Amino acid sequence: MTLKKVLVTFALGLGFSLLIDLHPGFAQESHVGNLTGNAGSGKQLYRRYCIGCHGPQGDGNGENAPWIDPKPRDFTAATFKCRSTPTGTLPTDEDLDHAVQRGFVTTNMPSWNPLTPQQRADLVAYIKTFSPRWKTEKPGTPINIPPETPVTIESVLHGRELFQKMECWKCHGPAGHGDGPSAATLTDSKDNPIRPYNFSTGSRFKCGETNTDLYRIFMTGVDGTPMPSFADVIQPNDAWDLVHFLRTLQSLHTPEEGLWKKYAAEHPSSIKPIGPDAGGQ
Amino acid sequence: MSGKFRVGARALRWSAINVLLIGAFLALVSFSRSSTTAHAAPLPNLHVRAIPAFARKYGLPCSACHTAWPELNNFGQVFRDNGYQLGNERDSPIWQNPSYFPITFRITPNWHRESTDHLAIDSVPGGGTGSTLVSGKVQQNGFDLSGMDLWTAGTLYRNISFSLLPSSDSTASFHFENAWVRFDNLGGSAWFNVKAGKFELDNLISEKRFLFLSNNGGLYQIYHYDVPGTTNDFGYGDNQLGVELAGHSKNSYTRYSVSVLSSNDGNVGFTSGSGAPANRGYDVNLAFSQAFNAGSWGLERIGAFSYFGQRPTYYETSTNGGTTLDLVGLGNKSFYRIGVAGDFFLKKLEFLPLFMYGHDNAYLGTGGASTSALPPGAKAPAFVGGFLESHYYVNPQLVFFGRFEKIDVAQQAFVNAGFPSDYGNVTAYAVGYRWYPIMFSRAGLAFHNEYAITKSNGFLPLSGDGGGAQVFSTASPVWSSSIMIGFDFDF
Repeated sequence: MTLKKVLVTFALGLGFSLLIDLHPGFAQESHVGNLTGNAGSGKQLYRRYCIGCHGPQGDGNGENAPWIDPKPRDFTAATFKCRSTPTGTLPTDEDLDHAVQRGFVTTNMPSWNPLTPQQRADLVAYIKTFSPRWKTEKPGTPINIPPETPVTIESVLHGRELFQKMECWKCHGPAGHGDGPSAATLTDSKDNPIRPYNFSTGSRFKCGETNTDLYRIFMTGVDGTPMPSFADVIQPNDAWDLVHFLRTLQSLHTPEEGLWKKYAAEHPSSIKPIGPDAGGQ
Repeated sequence: MSGKFRVGARALRWSAINVLLIGAFLALVSFSRSSTTAHAAPLPNLHVRAIPAFARKYGLPCSACHTAWPELNNFGQVFRDNGYQLGNERDSPIWQNPSYFPITFRITPNWHRESTDHLAIDSVPGGGTGSTLVSGKVQQNGFDLSGMDLWTAGTLYRNISFSLLPSSDSTASFHFENAWVRFDNLGGSAWFNVKAGKFELDNLISEKRFLFLSNNGGLYQIYHYDVPGTTNDFGYGDNQLGVELAGHSKNSYTRYSVSVLSSNDGNVGFTSGSGAPANRGYDVNLAFSQAFNAGSWGLERIGAFSYFGQRPTYYETSTNGGTTLDLVGLGNKSFYRIGVAGDFFLKKLEFLPLFMYGHDNAYLGTGGASTSALPPGAKAPAFVGGFLESHYYVNPQLVFFGRFEKIDVAQQAFVNAGFPSDYGNVTAYAVGYRWYPIMFSRAGLAFHNEYAITKSNGFLPLSGDGGGAQVFSTASPVWSSSIMIGFDFDF
């Protein structure tokens, strides 16, 4: 048999395989950038990568779920932590894609960046088949994020005031260690214990790592957790100030931290402690 | 790929075998498409590796890192390239339950049948009076065990990873298949990682994590091939001793490695007199690959590799009481292997082509000391070959696979030795499937069924089948086939 015949035979087999590889009807699609995700393809990928934690029904009851903390997401509820859309609304397909791509730091959800963009889009399409909400509701409109205000000591100090005033410390703790007086009592929407974010560990947040990501978290809230949306409570400039203060709580060498350390060294007596009996800055 | 060969009394054309095997593979694929799939869920010489200890650590199913274990998918490749780290701040051992121990056992109870013809067999069993050596077939079959892997690997600390793999044959005789420590992400860059110890070369197509388990199918012929007669013991598929600098892009689409290795094919210990005499030479291996996103077809990867090595042509010796010990290799002469490989997905269909060219110095080919003149007519032996492997993933729990392999001797060491021009050529086929009824984050079990057949012209098959008998004639092709049915499990 010549090489040509072998190649022809393989080509015929290949064509045949591709022909019969058409997926049966899954109406659900996703749209991420220029890509259109197919739920049929996503189902295969879900079985391969996700089923162990999120379960065959997408309800977060995979075989590993009992031993995982925090628990895997329940897709049947269609409640997602990381969104660009207002609290209570469905996320955009891009939001879900970003979550899959980014993973969730300090959880068992790894970054699936090694998957191709098409594979992630297919997974997003399949995830959307688990809840009827995707048939009856449309995703929310992404919130508007104004340009970041300049990083100044005034901004940091004002953010510190807001941290006290808005009682962020009650959950996140006076130093942002996630050990506030309410921390031990918090549960998520499925009554599982949940810990507030500890700003002193790691360099990333669950929903991103930039100042813009942090701003977005304030304004959209983290649905399914006690972390509310502050979109109706604080103004955009205040939110940026809060972002700048929170950056000082991280164990990173950020511009905000530099400003704060310098100020604290020069004005030690003017800094009031954060907590139940303090007034902030 | 043209020509004729003989099997017993029947003469078949290449085309017939090719069509039969390829057709059978495609028929299995077609059949599998119509079968109802289950809800979601490495043999005699056991070359393959997988480690559910990682699945246990991270709570991921085998299929997250493996297209079909033990073969890695790109997610698994990234995990491996990152030093067995997912990067979710839970990689350090401190996150694990104190009782967690990242160890994996793997073995394959199996039934297999081995058949090899054109061997020198006694005409009278026992070699008694009147017995002569005749051409015959050795066929063995029965229940058996594979070797066993006892593998531990993971992270010692953030960005310090390790692997230790004591591996045994089926009689529980152990050796260190690999043992290394790796310093990952040096300077905060994924482009710089240094590994030291005994490890697999950075092959784009790994033989340690492939799907074939049978005697004749359970090795890439080209990874262990040297032109018959050469004293070069190098096998591209053998784990080597040395250090490796490797790097990769964040998603491992781009990968490179540079290795400096001892010139002893991975044999440990400066053993004198037998096994692996100390050799003061060093080899170099270079590998590079680049992957491309092909949309809904999947990820396509191409790569190139080259290995430049040297082997001794004589030894410093010590003779005492009639026994000569080889002490240190001397008179090193060079050899090299270069090639290209690919990994191409067409949705559920995967193709793995590889092409390699090998060349040995004439002294290695003739076995003469470099201090002596070469025999008249001696040439530097060379070979060219490769394989085309294909997988069809019905679902994460069922895969069909097949492989065609061909090696031709481009240059014999002796041009006037009277051997046939095709002496040393190899042709090999293998087909099979693996079904994984258990593929959880704690353990894996695969039902493995495989058929493999090789033709080695005038020399024993690389599988070692034949019970130790010699070939009857260097002018005859030796056919060796394997059938294997086994339960491949790891925990």
